[in-house]
Amino acid sequence: MILYAFRRLMIAIPTLFIVITVAFFMMRAAPGGPFDQERVLPPEIERNIKAAYDLDKPLVEQYVIYLGKILRGDFGPSIKIRDFTVAELIMAGAPASIQLGLSAIVLALVFGVGLGTYAALHQNTKTDFAVMGVAMVGIAVPNFVMAPLLSLIFGVYLSLLPTAGWGGGDLKYKILPIIALALPQVAYIARLTRGSMVEVLHSNYIRTARAKGLRERLVVIRHAIRGALLPVVSYLGPATAAVMTGSVVIESIFGAPGIGTYFVKAALNRDYPLVMGVVIVYAVLIIFLNFLVDMVYGLLDPKLKTQ
Amino acid sequence: MTFIARTRSGLVDGLLHSSRAFLVGTAIIASSMTFLSTTDAQAQKVLRVGNDGEPQSMDPHFISTVQTSRISDDMFLGLLTYGPDGEPVAGAAESWDVSEDGKTYTFKIRDHTWSDGVPVTAQDFIAGWERLLAPETGAEYASLLYIIEGAEDINSGKEGAKLGANALDDKTLEVKLTAPAPYFLAQLTHQTAFAIPRHTIEKFGRDWVKAENIVVNGPYKLEEWVPNVHSKLVKNDAFYDAANVAIDEVVYYNYEDLTAMQNRFRAGELDVTRMIASEQISWLKDNMADSLRIAPYAGIYYVAIRTNKEPFGDVRIRKALSLAINREAITDSVLKTGEIPAYSFVPPGTGNYGEPSYVSWKDQSYADNLAEAKKLLAEAGYGPDKPLKFTLRYNTQENNKRFAIAAQNMWKQIGVEAELFNAEGKIHFADLKVGDFELARAGWIADYNDAQNFLFLGETRTGPLNYAAFNNARFDELMLAAEQESDLKSRATLMQQAEAVMMEEQPYIPIFYYVSKQLVSPKIEGWIDNAPDRHLTRWLDLKN
Repeated sequence: MILYAFRRLMIAIPTLFIVITVAFFMMRAAPGGPFDQERVLPPEIERNIKAAYDLDKPLVEQYVIYLGKILRGDFGPSIKIRDFTVAELIMAGAPASIQLGLSAIVLALVFGVGLGTYAALHQNTKTDFAVMGVAMVGIAVPNFVMAPLLSLIFGVYLSLLPTAGWGGGDLKYKILPIIALALPQVAYIARLTRGSMVEVLHSNYIRTARAKGLRERLVVIRHAIRGALLPVVSYLGPATAAVMTGSVVIESIFGAPGIGTYFVKAALNRDYPLVMGVVIVYAVLIIFLNFLVDMVYGLLDPKLKTQ
Repeated sequence: MTFIARTRSGLVDGLLHSSRAFLVGTAIIASSMTFLSTTDAQAQKVLRVGNDGEPQSMDPHFISTVQTSRISDDMFLGLLTYGPDGEPVAGAAESWDVSEDGKTYTFKIRDHTWSDGVPVTAQDFIAGWERLLAPETGAEYASLLYIIEGAEDINSGKEGAKLGANALDDKTLEVKLTAPAPYFLAQLTHQTAFAIPRHTIEKFGRDWVKAENIVVNGPYKLEEWVPNVHSKLVKNDAFYDAANVAIDEVVYYNYEDLTAMQNRFRAGELDVTRMIASEQISWLKDNMADSLRIAPYAGIYYVAIRTNKEPFGDVRIRKALSLAINREAITDSVLKTGEIPAYSFVPPGTGNYGEPSYVSWKDQSYADNLAEAKKLLAEAGYGPDKPLKFTLRYNTQENNKRFAIAAQNMWKQIGVEAELFNAEGKIHFADLKVGDFELARAGWIADYNDAQNFLFLGETRTGPLNYAAFNNARFDELMLAAEQESDLKSRATLMQQAEAVMMEEQPYIPIFYYVSKQLVSPKIEGWIDNAPDRHLTRWLDLKN
């Protein structure tokens, strides 16, 4: 197991290197640059600015300089939000993104697995259809519809919660963003759980458990859930990375801090250092969480453990 | 919870009743929400502004968006500053003299200090300008000061170039211009012309703009900037006129999602939104008329025609394309967002100008316009057998798309086949810069309130910003003469003549004048709609 973990970590380094390289060149291949805008800059000023950001050097040289900098932990200054370095921007936004993301994923896990199991145990009944119907809606209704709706209902009409804002991180400001982030995940996890639970409940070892005379509750909790959770666990890796790196929709609608916005805005602004920064964070998270998922998989699946 | 109860479906009902846990959870959430909804008492006067974009920097030399300059205008005081009605008024300079030839300005600096108590001097202004112009600074807006002697040479890195600005003593600043430019005073309200606290920059370098280091000479000081969320400014007690500043704190919330910003305004969480979600304008007119403010804004939305690409060198074709655009239909039926049909390039009300020179056919009926357009096209050799074909480019945005489709259909009426092509803003403007287009949508918002700031877009010497590559000797000559003219009235006449040439030649098809669209709470006092759309917090107050 330790050897396996070590091997996986070793693969992570070249993977990360490839991600950085591809992202760097793809970003530069996109037409238009950070200073192409409605108001065209006079040529001498454009020259000055490019020199100030090292953008006047040959691309390969820029790449080598960049690699050298990130090895020293220097992600450089943002081009468009000039008063902050990329590291400062990520450090300022990441705690909020992680908080919102983790809360949402925990919420999604509790409700998703709960609802999915409940539906599977009542397979093909009205309850099952109701839960899965709602889950389907949850998946189908995009965040950018759900978030303003929540804000309108709970903020404007009912005045129960702030419509948006962060308020220094007060709990009341976080409730709606967390719910909006969690809802699609609840729906997806519920469907996944139901599907695999139905399958597990028909498997031989469950039949054996029942034949031994175990109570249904114990059969489900002790035996079935473990097996049914496997697909959910493998889904959780990328899903957690996705919600923890923020969401442009949630951040822009609820005015919450986070790094999700930078994925979109920095790319559109051609803020090269910031794009690279968030891509690296995302890649590291994905690699780490996938690694974690593999480890948990080993614990959950007796077949893998013996291999 | 009544809203939810009303919208519940039978299916959801089944779920709710069957899940005891869900009901318990709902009860807990509902009770905690009621607890959380109590609002904090506000002892101070706090102005909460919805700003439609993230600030770029608190350093005036690195600001090029209006969303950021709203913040820097509250923190820094230029030699002149915006008054309550957007007109330039005395700021850091308490008075000034202009020489006979209009080329030398002498400013008397007001006795005032930076927020740390260090006096503001004439040298602080010169240092600011020199920093802005130094090539290694890489300031985007450096060209705005090119009117000062030597400025352009310094910015281009010419050896031995010297700036035409001298500190006669600590409180007297003399500035020499390359030409009599009556707009120079208005230009001094712009962030590029602000003084900088040399002592702070020397001490902290690039980090001087961090909240813990920054010093300012304006009415407000940066307290915190949370990226993606807000920038909070608090009253600067060292400001020379602090006694007359009513609002204690101003918070600029960044919002690119305009509907979300509007929802916050509706919920009473914002006092101002500096932009509205245009597609909801009719709803706003019906329901929030007392807060909605639509006012002329110093900007023009236009279509550039690349005149050095065949067949667009032919004025008859350009004029026909312009004639065929039904501007009223675009503003009133297609966009419906309050814009004003444009028949000139300089918006009415622009400073140092008077009445703009409109196209000669401004008051002609649309049917007559179409007939004339067809005639002109026929003369140029185009007709049903040989239709004129080209591509109209625009940057991807809903209103641009609606305009482009409308224009395409209007041109169809005169037998013109326009293809539409849209690209993301960065790509669109990069292509415009190198002239890789036939017709393209563009826009211009004035940097300072003067007709020259619109008309220069048609001058040959303007270079890449002259998207149309308009090259007209008469126009250039008139603009040059206007630049050398120190008498305001004669200068305006020369520019009006230049605009008349431009309107006859139509390298740019004016479509509509921009308007500012915002929500301003009736609680706010002192808000005066104005064309530069400047509303410094120091002039405002909040009623209880």
